[in-house]
Amino acid sequence: MQNEEIIKRINQLLIEEIEIDEVQISPSADLKKDLGIDSLDFVDLFVIIENNFGFKMKAEEMSDIKKLDDFYNYVIRRVHSN
Amino acid sequence: MNRVVITGMGIYSVIGKNLGEVKNSLYEGKSGIIFDPVRKEMGFRSALTGIVERPVLKGFLDRRMRVGLPVQGEYAYLATIEALNNAGIDAAFMERNAVGILYGNDSSALPVVESVDILRKKKDTMMIGSGYIFQSMNSTVSMNLSVIFKFRGINFTISGACASGSHAIGIGYLVIRQGLQEVIVCGGAQEINPESTASFDALNAFSIRESEPQKASRPFDRDRDGLVPSGGAATVILESYESAVRRGATILGEIVGYGFSSNGEHISLPNVDGPVAAMQLSLKEAGMDASGIDYINAHATSTIAGDENEAIAIDQIFGKSRPLVSSTKSMTGHEMWMGGASEIVYSMLMMNHHFVAPNINFDNPDEATARLNIASHTIPCEIRAFLSNSFGFGGTNSSLVIRKING
Repeated sequence: MQNEEIIKRINQLLIEEIEIDEVQISPSADLKKDLGIDSLDFVDLFVIIENNFGFKMKAEEMSDIKKLDDFYNYVIRRVHSN
Repeated sequence: MNRVVITGMGIYSVIGKNLGEVKNSLYEGKSGIIFDPVRKEMGFRSALTGIVERPVLKGFLDRRMRVGLPVQGEYAYLATIEALNNAGIDAAFMERNAVGILYGNDSSALPVVESVDILRKKKDTMMIGSGYIFQSMNSTVSMNLSVIFKFRGINFTISGACASGSHAIGIGYLVIRQGLQEVIVCGGAQEINPESTASFDALNAFSIRESEPQKASRPFDRDRDGLVPSGGAATVILESYESAVRRGATILGEIVGYGFSSNGEHISLPNVDGPVAAMQLSLKEAGMDASGIDYINAHATSTIAGDENEAIAIDQIFGKSRPLVSSTKSMTGHEMWMGGASEIVYSMLMMNHHFVAPNINFDNPDEATARLNIASHTIPCEIRAFLSNSFGFGGTNSSLVIRKING
């Protein structure tokens, strides 16, 4: 899967599944402060990511993921390493 | 001791999605029972059930508020919205005052089944998601609604089997009477799905009159053959008389007695003494004589033993005054954890609209039920005060006495 495709799919899932307002989506958006994604939403993201990208997110790897850009890069890295 | 009044009600029932629809159904004697082919395919002995339309709350509640809310929480949310509107209680009031919630619920089977099914299939709890734990707990309704409505008062769920909703109102009455709270959202909720009733069907307790679903629930009738499971949610706003008057609320009625007891005998077979004790206590608390009760909303679920014992108990106390009696379960089926609260809503609608709803399907009495003054048709009349019974597994009994407000 190409990087742009991955980013597009992540955005689509955030809008459809987590119901984030499309207007808020931007790479520099802070996941918690701007997008309102809290710890419980992360639990749901684990499920959504595994169902859509075929890998398991790990709670230990989330501490450095603060902005949406960080999340894109994390998913891209995990997809390519699988 | 404070006086306790009802200032709002709301309902999401198999006989109507709001008070207006329910009032009409009660007056017309309309049934909400169907035959569900899915239950038959699954292997149920009885495929009869009450049915409601699944609410659509997307657009009304944000995702976080919906994710942890099971289906009976959705029913309770809608019933509570109607009740709060009815009571004229808005977000500003709830910000200034610590409103509490005491809701009746005694199961949340479907979310448990679904989450464990995911675990068995995926062998990974990380695939279960964030909502199921909150959906799975018995306290799911009070838990979720207190967050959605930002309640800051008393907050828990009352589980007393088929008397849950009634006990929730009873305990709410005691808390307000004691002066610990001024407003409490009380009610009862019941999930409707095969997963929660399969083990109940295993007791051979349900009616198998599957060829005539709307005639299957026939409390007190000689040819009754079992109950029909049902569900939904009902909310009743309890308030201190002083608070209601202070804010100019419309008072729908006054709760004057709550009586309770336990049978101390069989886990599922009812007796006579327990219900008699609960009814007597409620009348004593109300400072009323049996003759002050114009209508009894019976528990009667359309079981052979249960209806008989309740008829004997009612006759023991009310044999002289013979108030009108009906079981609205004839129309709704057995709403279980919701029943005690919904039957207060149904009785309040009758009291405020001057009629007694029929005990439909009452074609022939038996020896015990012949002693009662059963309304087999709608009867336009005045109700000064009514008594509502709810009894449950484990021999838990609840009786509530409510009367018209007299200032």
